[in-house]
Amino acid sequence: MTDTATIETSATGTGELLGIDNLSVSFHTRRGVVKAVRNLNLKIREGETLALVGESGCGKSVTAHAITRLVPMPPGVIESGIIRFRGTNLLSLPEKEMRSLRGSKISMIFQEPMTSLNPVFTVGTQIAEVFVTHEKLGRKEAFARAVELLDLVKIPDPAKRAKSYPHQLSGGMRQRVMIAMALASPEPGLMIADEPTTALDVTIQAQILQLLNELKKGVGMALLLITHDMGVVAETADRVAVMYAGRKVEDAPVEELFANPRHPYTVGLLGCQCSAPSNRNAVRLTSISGSVPDLLTLGDGCPFANRCGNVKNECMESFPDVSTAGEDHEFRCHNPITESGASS
Amino acid sequence: MLKFILKRLGLLIPTLLGVVTLVFFMIALAPGDPARIMLGERANAEQLAQLRSELGLDQPLSKQYLLYLGRVIRGDLGKSIVTQQKITDELTDRLLATIELAITSTIFASILGIVLGVAAARKRNSWVDYSTMTGALVGVSMPVFWLALVLIMIFSVGLDLLPTGGRMNVRLYFIPITNFYLIDGIIMWFREGKADYFVSALKHLILPTIALGTIPLAIIARTTRSSMLEVLKQDYVKTARAAGVPERKVVFRYALRNALLPVITVIGIQFGLLLSGAILTETIFAWPGIGKWIYHSISARDFPAVQGGILFISFFFVMINLIVDLLYSVINPRIRLK
Ligand SMILES: Nc1ncnc2c1ncn2[C@@H]1O[C@H](COP(=O)(O)OP(=O)(O)OP(=O)(O)O)[C@@H](O)[C@H]1O
Ligand code: SF4
Ligand SMILES: [Mg+2]
Repeated sequence: MTDTATIETSATGTGELLGIDNLSVSFHTRRGVVKAVRNLNLKIREGETLALVGESGCGKSVTAHAITRLVPMPPGVIESGIIRFRGTNLLSLPEKEMRSLRGSKISMIFQEPMTSLNPVFTVGTQIAEVFVTHEKLGRKEAFARAVELLDLVKIPDPAKRAKSYPHQLSGGMRQRVMIAMALASPEPGLMIADEPTTALDVTIQAQILQLLNELKKGVGMALLLITHDMGVVAETADRVAVMYAGRKVEDAPVEELFANPRHPYTVGLLGCQCSAPSNRNAVRLTSISGSVPDLLTLGDGCPFANRCGNVKNECMESFPDVSTAGEDHEFRCHNPITESGASS
Repeated sequence: MLKFILKRLGLLIPTLLGVVTLVFFMIALAPGDPARIMLGERANAEQLAQLRSELGLDQPLSKQYLLYLGRVIRGDLGKSIVTQQKITDELTDRLLATIELAITSTIFASILGIVLGVAAARKRNSWVDYSTMTGALVGVSMPVFWLALVLIMIFSVGLDLLPTGGRMNVRLYFIPITNFYLIDGIIMWFREGKADYFVSALKHLILPTIALGTIPLAIIARTTRSSMLEVLKQDYVKTARAAGVPERKVVFRYALRNALLPVITVIGIQFGLLLSGAILTETIFAWPGIGKWIYHSISARDFPAVQGGILFISFFFVMINLIVDLLYSVINPRIRLK
């Protein structure tokens, strides 16, 4: 293992695990430049769960991929920014050292358990690969560790299941396998879960989330949880960052955000959850009328202006600066919601 | 796995029966009287009757069919009218020549095709990609006999580097052992301590291999490229990368194994086609294989020989399909475990 801690240790106070400063990511496509993420700031403390929420296409996955440096380049370009992980800027790390972080200190699970596992290898082999890669274990030993992990994620009869191929397992099982793979890391620091339960049915969703929570506490890792589902946020997260059209628009501890949302978009998100508690995935914020602006033609103003009930003239001209509301609560809005829950 | 193999083998019997039936009726029901065609216009009635009874043509068709079937099952394909040799003997002598050439062509096409296909996919839209794909397009559209003649013109006639035809320098006295001349060459190398046989066999193989292998090469390269591009987009490739697996391993262990699934089918089909479709190439390179033999049998109107040859090749085609299917199931658990 490469000891990345020796490169640079300037951890900025208060137990910061991951700090993103001013990150901008674009995609240079044939149609033009898509500014997928703009001037994003984000912070995750050791052991904390940060939920990243927002409508489809707002740049959540791109942010996650930027952290692991798996943004496809080309067409992707990281225009600016710093991503600090335990004091080391990941964006300036040589590829080899970045690779040794992937799957060990920063691991990732994806939305689609159906397609995220390789169909031609047994799940045990795929988990074992992480040990082979990072701990240079032999195949047999690595496989034995994989079986232990399958047990840890509560898969019954793990020794037998390790020899199964993905198509022989149910969706929930596969997602457990993905989690096991992400846990295979020798010293888990950050787990990024990109909509880990969206593809599963509701009862399985709850089980998987509970499992993630338990393991997180047991292992002491931080979790970046990407989701559409405010219900999931309420149950799992310590803090919430809300993204809209590539921008972070609000960021607060979870109770604070639910009790006192300041950004009109956040209010819309929360409202949506209340109006459709049953079918969470299908609804996807239909209660906020209008649609997400085209990232290709986005101007300088607030991207939410075309859908916002609080819109003012200056909203068209400039993107608002950061305002704070109490401790650890930030938002960017020219005309924020004032009283808790009330929308004008 | 065992169940899959047994099931697949069970299917083999009706398939082969179908092949035999088809080949029999194709020849038997073809217009014209074989005896008359073979003996020519001036044969008299007595001669015709004698040949007919020799060939069993005086029996009712159903009886002919059953007799034929019975003989085929016992491995008897009859005698060639021209040489009076047993057809199975004639075929096995030549079969190995054909197989040797088909194998070298397939290996040449597969290795180069997969390497080029993977390179083109990894360096998509680069000059590697463009030149490979342009080459592949030219490759598939080139007539094989023309390519064969061009190769002979350049490398044999022009540069005098390689022989124009045959399997081995005639001045090397040599009794075939396995009838795969490359292997025989190695055996002779050990026995006699000189590499001449091997080198000569190799030299004779090069041009026919390239000529025959070019179209399969182009097809395999294109299939590999598109399959690889598809696979590299898959989520499980992202998973492997996110787990920190080195890129080369991602490509060659995780992606390639998936990408090869359609390629293996293509290779199998190409190999089957090489066995049966080498008639022109074998004739041009004076390669003493089945293709050349069938060509001569057709010219000589040797009906039992043509019938036997076609049956033989069909039989091989079926076997190769079986092998491809089994191979496919080895690397694709979704089939094996169904
Ligand atoms: N490879 C790419 N090429 C071009 N554009 C891309 C690429 N990847 C992402 N984008 C663009 O970046 C924007 C953000 O995409 P992203 O996948 O981060 O959204 P998301 O918030 O994860 O949405 P979802 O909830 O649907 O997963 C989208 O507009 C998308 O079109
Ligand atoms: S800045 Fe203006 S348009 Fe944007 S959310 Fe605030 S009030 Fe609405
Ligand atoms: Mg996404």
